[in-house]
Amino acid sequence: MLILECPCCGVKAEETELAPGGEAHLKRFGPGSSDEEFEAYMFARKNPKGVHFERWRHAYGCGKWFLAARCTATLEVFGTYPAQTTEPPAELIAKIQAKRPDWKGWK
Amino acid sequence: MSARLQRGGRLINRSAQIEFTFNGKTMKGLKGDTLASGLLANDQLLVGRSFKYHRPRGIVASGPEEPNALVGLGEGARFEPNQRVTTTELFDGLTSASQNHWPSLEFDIGALNNRLSRFLPAGFYYKTFIHPRSAWKHLFEPIIRRSAGLGKSPEQADADRYEYTYGHCQILIAGGGIAGLQAALVAGAAGANVLLLEQTAHWGGRAPVDGDIIDGKPAEDWISATLQTLAGMENVTLRNRMMVSGVYDHGYVLAEERIADHTPGDGRPRKRLWRIRAEKIIAATGALERPLSFAGNDIPGVMLASATRDYAVNFAVSPGDHTVVVTNNDDAYRTAITLKDYGLEVTVVDVRQAPTGELPSRARAMGIRIETGRGIVKVKGCKRVTGVTIGLQAGEGGAVEEIACDAVAMSGGWSPVVHLWSHCGGKLIWDETRALFRPDADRPPLTHDGSAMVYPAGAANGALSAAAGLADAAAQAVLTLQSLGKEAGLTQAAQADAVEEEAMLPVWIMPASAGPELKSKMWLDFQNDVKVSDVQLAAREGYVSVEHTKRYTTLGMATDQGKLSNINGLAVLADALGEEIPRVGTTTFRPPYTPVTLGALAGEARGDIFQPLRKTPMHDWHLAQGAYMEPVGLWQRPYTYPRHGETHEQAVNREVINTRERLGLLDASTLGKIIVKGPDAGKFLDMLYTNMMSNLGIGKCRYGLMCNEQGFLSDDGVVIRIDEDTWLCHTTSGGADRIHGWMEDWLQCEWWDWQVFTANVTEQYGQIAVVGPNGRKLLEKLGGMDVSKEALPFMTFKDGELGGFPVRVHRISFSGELSYEIAVPASHALAFWERLYEAGQEFGLQPYGTEGLHVLRAEKGFIMIGDETDGTVIPQDLNLDWAISKKKEDFLGKRGQQRTYLAAKDRWKLVGFESIDGTVIPDGAYVIAPGTNEYGFRNAQGRITSTYYSPTLKKGIAMGLLKNGPARMGEVVEFTSMTGGVSVSAKVVDPVFYDKDGEKQNV
Amino acid sequence: MSEPVSALNGAVSEGFARVAEIGPLGMITLRAKPGTARLAEAIKAANGCALPDARRITHAGDNSCGWMSPDEYLLVLPYGDVAKALAAIAAALSGQHHLAVDVSDARAVFRVTGPNADQVLRKLSPADPGALAADEIRRSRFAQVAAAFWPVDGGYTLVCFRSVAGYVMGLLTHSAQPGSEI
Repeated sequence: MLILECPCCGVKAEETELAPGGEAHLKRFGPGSSDEEFEAYMFARKNPKGVHFERWRHAYGCGKWFLAARCTATLEVFGTYPAQTTEPPAELIAKIQAKRPDWKGWK
Repeated sequence: MSARLQRGGRLINRSAQIEFTFNGKTMKGLKGDTLASGLLANDQLLVGRSFKYHRPRGIVASGPEEPNALVGLGEGARFEPNQRVTTTELFDGLTSASQNHWPSLEFDIGALNNRLSRFLPAGFYYKTFIHPRSAWKHLFEPIIRRSAGLGKSPEQADADRYEYTYGHCQILIAGGGIAGLQAALVAGAAGANVLLLEQTAHWGGRAPVDGDIIDGKPAEDWISATLQTLAGMENVTLRNRMMVSGVYDHGYVLAEERIADHTPGDGRPRKRLWRIRAEKIIAATGALERPLSFAGNDIPGVMLASATRDYAVNFAVSPGDHTVVVTNNDDAYRTAITLKDYGLEVTVVDVRQAPTGELPSRARAMGIRIETGRGIVKVKGCKRVTGVTIGLQAGEGGAVEEIACDAVAMSGGWSPVVHLWSHCGGKLIWDETRALFRPDADRPPLTHDGSAMVYPAGAANGALSAAAGLADAAAQAVLTLQSLGKEAGLTQAAQADAVEEEAMLPVWIMPASAGPELKSKMWLDFQNDVKVSDVQLAAREGYVSVEHTKRYTTLGMATDQGKLSNINGLAVLADALGEEIPRVGTTTFRPPYTPVTLGALAGEARGDIFQPLRKTPMHDWHLAQGAYMEPVGLWQRPYTYPRHGETHEQAVNREVINTRERLGLLDASTLGKIIVKGPDAGKFLDMLYTNMMSNLGIGKCRYGLMCNEQGFLSDDGVVIRIDEDTWLCHTTSGGADRIHGWMEDWLQCEWWDWQVFTANVTEQYGQIAVVGPNGRKLLEKLGGMDVSKEALPFMTFKDGELGGFPVRVHRISFSGELSYEIAVPASHALAFWERLYEAGQEFGLQPYGTEGLHVLRAEKGFIMIGDETDGTVIPQDLNLDWAISKKKEDFLGKRGQQRTYLAAKDRWKLVGFESIDGTVIPDGAYVIAPGTNEYGFRNAQGRITSTYYSPTLKKGIAMGLLKNGPARMGEVVEFTSMTGGVSVSAKVVDPVFYDKDGEKQNV
Repeated sequence: MSEPVSALNGAVSEGFARVAEIGPLGMITLRAKPGTARLAEAIKAANGCALPDARRITHAGDNSCGWMSPDEYLLVLPYGDVAKALAAIAAALSGQHHLAVDVSDARAVFRVTGPNADQVLRKLSPADPGALAADEIRRSRFAQVAAAFWPVDGGYTLVCFRSVAGYVMGLLTHSAQPGSEI
């Protein structure tokens, strides 16, 4: 039962107020893309033990989607940030690197 | 015999006598008793039969760790099985009955298993009931089911009510013993928001029973003074009768509050499940005493030494006239001293050679006989203890002496209650000298910011004595405060008088070199009937993992969850494997700590509020008309409106015919309605729908399809354009929230620079379909809007008034008939519906339900999301290519549909089927293809997606998917039947069965 | 034209707290990005309320304006005033990208009052009413449905979807039963 702070409204929402949306920072591939690109976009999902970036929607609150970085093993939450971005904020990456020196990066 | 003592009993009120029954026998107890102390006061030692061997069993413990004394409590609608007598507060009129026996507790046929126990070792079920396979279902399973299982299920609906409560605090302290109270003092004084929970009705835990002296006062006085101090702190909340059952991620804690268990029927909820969010948790959960493993350690009358003491001090109940205390540590001498103080006879059997600690010395001085270097070889008796034989602990079991006694109090040392620490991953370390696992402070369970979530305090942290426990609790509370960035003002713990205790001597088998005969009567897990010999057998058979051994032998399963059996079991396993105990490790501690009543888990979700039933504004009208309702998602919709004597089928046929020939009225309010507005709304809808929406004319309607990115059809509905930058999208009844969420997802996460707003206005309107050739006449009678073909042509809409109601009228049809779908504000919808109903009588108006709607649309070959689609169907499969734009470069699902498999020419495609004999083809039936597949099943080449009796055409009609279907018109194919065997033949036909040219809807 | 009828027609239940369905009440969903020119003027013109800060609700007499999300507001006003208010918003925000829509009939509104009114909410929602500021609105989950609530004199106002009004009334009634005070 996670608690994630919604960066859009500031509420510390518990898991039952949220809806999960899978891996964050996927790049959409539409018509014209190769089978490999489309397959990667549609089906190839990371499942790391450790740092992971996810999409969540504050479904029972402000209704906004946001992104969260957390450790799938310890459930430590490194931060949440608005969904309108294609990559995690630099200061969040720095924070995670400080806490997890062995982390290989988000891509 | 066990009996009530003439004096003492700190928790009972001797002037308040109450009556209760056990197996129909009336007994007398006192206010303040537990059911356990009440039974013991009546010399009821035998309280149940064991799970597997049906051995006679008595009360072993005095708390939630009790493995044996589980009873059925209450009767009828208040019956609950598997209740521990040790945690059940006695009340006047309580009824209880023992479990696991037939025909009676005293004489049980299942006890034959006991005689056969050497043939029923660990893994017996797995080994024996494998072959023949066919015997499992009809022979083995019914027999095992009758003889196995704990307790009986209640047969009536629960008469009580339950509820949830959400709690919030900074520090949750689990356990109201002296450690918990001390921690609360420190945390409370620092101003933290504290919630202190105690599972029993009493505060202070074991300290008063153990006779501890705190700050120079008897423990009891310190406890009441501390409670008073805490009560004066606004930031501290104390609640008892609340069992913390589990600790979960990010400080989520479940606790069960027993409100009216001891006052049944007083109008209060029986139990309340607390869902608490705590920033930090202090686990002051104490410790549990371990049994010793000697032959016959399960015979009624053998109890934990601490429990024996509890019953004497708290309830003035003696377990027997002569008690043999068998121990490997000093603590059990407290029991000997207590019993001696009451004037009862005691003998101590201590495995240690020369115990000289403070407590043994005191006992010796009191004249208590102490046998050292010895253990119990065997307990005598069957349904109650009649004596013990003792012998050298170091030996094989040669008896030295037989001692006549009627009670045995055993102590194998103490195990901290580490459950709450462990639930979320806290790790343990093995404390060699005291032979116990305790929390490893370096590896705590973590919370959201990566810091420690749980702090163990007092005995739960291995600080077993009062003095050490208080000091540890204060220190842990200071650490907890620091982790919250708070400074502790009070850091000094209360001082308990230290009692010097000598080291215990770990003893896992008594006597140490006992042979098989004795070991097969040494119980490790009383509840699951697991013996020393079972664990040793498992080791011999190759089980090296403690987790596997647990499942194989059932050690520590069910309600025990490792409370009593854990350490003894794994010590025996470690010994058998020749391993160190910490290398074998413990099994995983999982919630709940003790079982939670199912009613409490269900909370308020019963009866009318079991789940949210969504109702349209006309809901009550439908019910008043006798409608048969069906669930559509969470919506309740009329399926049909049967008239007197009509079957549902007859009613549906009547409704369909009436709609085709005269006039039908449908409550379509559940249709999703989403407003999409903005300069980029057209562009957005072009991405969402497979067809073009940006070029829809204002005032016009267009049917559209939505696909997911894989290309599969996910929803459909009519889109209307209200003004230059506003569209209204109708979705399926079940799809409104999903599609609204889908839109917001793309707008927020992919195209966030597009200027589009959406609003889900589904429930703002009642939507009423006026369907049938007389529809126009009815609306004209109401007046207020020109609804002629010229003013309001097919696939257009108009805002205005009808009969004085503000309406939006859509000329759309899901039935093939002349049809108006009218949206009216929900607050007026019922009045408008009634008006239509009344005014429509002269035109033959009848309401119709969802089944009629389905038949009408199937006759027309209209697809239904969820019938013709199942998440693997693309629009092209349904011959909907006309609704897929070729011009658009991109829309959601376009790339997915280009995948080889989906673009293949021979996919299963939509066709109609007419059975040769006119019957209705079974729903879901498959079209048979020649041959079988790799699993030996018949090959299939298609399936039915919708199938109905058409009252219009007076025959069965069906739609379905068929390989290459549209190219196979006129072919006769064969169907499987769902019940197997019987097949139906049908002709492949056009899925539009009625009014192929669509003339009737466009009038 | 008929009189508007609220979802439960003003049902009331008396327990340790009083639960009353109120309404019909006018409600407008206004969506506009933060920083939209004349947004505050539009709200003021619509029902007299000030533009609320994040998670706050402002009041003007019986009218209110709640912050629902970074680009959504809920205006509460008399049922009969909605058309006028929508026109005022349209005038004030003309040329600005926004969406204002009547949702009066899509909602059910409850008032839960009494000294222990907060306990009724505590039993149903993971949101902590004790942590709520006097001018705060909270959207959350009530048992199995979405709802929003804010403090009012003597208790709370709670808004949910109309179709589940009966369910929510059932929840509140169950939770407010005498003898179940926390």
